[in-house]
Amino acid sequence: MPGFDFSNYNRNAALHARGVPLPKATSTGTTIVGCIYEGGVVIAADTRATSGPIVADKNCEKLHYIASNIWCAGAGTAADTEFTTALISSQLELHALSTGRKARVVTCMTMLKQHLFRYQGHIGAYLVVAGVDPTGTHLFTVHAHGSTDKLPYVTMGSGSLAAMSVFETQWKASLTRDEAVKLCADAIEAGIWNDLGSGSNVDVAVITADKTTLMRNYIKPNERTQKLRSYAFPKGTTAVLNEKIIRKADLGNFVSVHELTEENDDKMEVDT
Amino acid sequence: MEFGNSGSLREDGIHLDMDRLKKGEVNLGTSIMAVTFKDGVILGADSRTTTGAYIANRVTDKLTQVHDTIWCCRSGSAADTQAVADIVKYQLELFAMTNGKPPTTQTAGAIFQELCYANKDRLTAGLIIAGWDERHGGQVYSIPLGGSLHKQPYSIGGSGSTYIYGFCDANWREGMEEADAVGFVKDALKEAIKWDGSSGGVIRMVVLTAKGADRHLYLPDTDYRVRHE
Repeated sequence: MPGFDFSNYNRNAALHARGVPLPKATSTGTTIVGCIYEGGVVIAADTRATSGPIVADKNCEKLHYIASNIWCAGAGTAADTEFTTALISSQLELHALSTGRKARVVTCMTMLKQHLFRYQGHIGAYLVVAGVDPTGTHLFTVHAHGSTDKLPYVTMGSGSLAAMSVFETQWKASLTRDEAVKLCADAIEAGIWNDLGSGSNVDVAVITADKTTLMRNYIKPNERTQKLRSYAFPKGTTAVLNEKIIRKADLGNFVSVHELTEENDDKMEVDT
Repeated sequence: MEFGNSGSLREDGIHLDMDRLKKGEVNLGTSIMAVTFKDGVILGADSRTTTGAYIANRVTDKLTQVHDTIWCCRSGSAADTQAVADIVKYQLELFAMTNGKPPTTQTAGAIFQELCYANKDRLTAGLIIAGWDERHGGQVYSIPLGGSLHKQPYSIGGSGSTYIYGFCDANWREGMEEADAVGFVKDALKEAIKWDGSSGGVIRMVVLTAKGADRHLYLPDTDYRVRHE
């Protein structure tokens, strides 16, 4: 029969209706934050990637390049944040080239929200968009369903509650650059210590009108140290219950043995 | 992406999901309203947006400008209402350029309805459109979930509105002075915020008159008494 077969769709609908959950995608339990200060904007992220209960990567990068003056922190499905930021980065570069102007943060945010809205939340990308353009300093959050918010300080991911508690107690209007970096790093650390989905190191990016400074592994509070003692078992720990020795001459009783001559040696295929 | 488990399978195999909002979607559990008064119209809203039990934004701006003196109050899904408002904003800008004059509130309402009705099975958007134009002065239109369009002297919406139907019915008067209208909107939203758990934060207002748009902001620290900004 020609055409598409939709029988699996009906099967899935029936399973779903009976309460069978859909398969889980690999996602990043994450803490990401952003904070505006006088003269620029700071974004930061932890570096733990998880798949279910397993730490898939202890030092992954969640700060994504969009343009030299626009960076993005990503939470949610790892592959989706990676590819949507790459896609929008490409489109924004072409847009900047065709208009002859530097890319704006609102343009980036609009392109991201329209892309994500089209996919009705199936693209699981939760993003913090930050940047400086000729119109000023900007900070946005973009949710997977396509809604956006504009705030002076933001947090996202599973560690967002821990991180927000730091912002809500420590944030003040008119921060200096160093104060903003410290505040963001502290917020990420709150996520690292108090959220199971977040961990390892702190990545920070500072964006100003002149330049962007990416501080990879700005804080490493979880460095692996030398084990205090050896856990190797001493010889003889496992008891030998029996022993059987097979001599080379008797090998033929167990496997078929072919003696190789010099001639055969030459014919053997070996990678150069 | 996860969905809820409330789905049911009909006899003919057609799958129904009773959840209007997809799991994890940003929701505007809201108190919004718009009222006409002597010189124009006032829009008002709380500022809470939620994802489940978490407040994703406590200072949200649910009053969105779609033209110079035509604004809308958004309730329902944040993503849906933002997408619709962005499209209408574009349409009205195009309308003003091609006709050489600003659109009427009724025109804006009709464009909103077009989108809300045509995509009714895909949208969770409860909107109140309010505007001032040269021909008709201040007007209020509401578009509930089904995509119908209603011209009203005043309109309330969102989850918090259920608590203030009585208050509004008892206290609203035709052709109020601006200060009285502002007081009415503020008192109504104060009650809605007090009783509705999904509403809260600051009270935002926009006053639309011949003089243009004027923004108001009231904070809970002062029991919404002092005007800020």
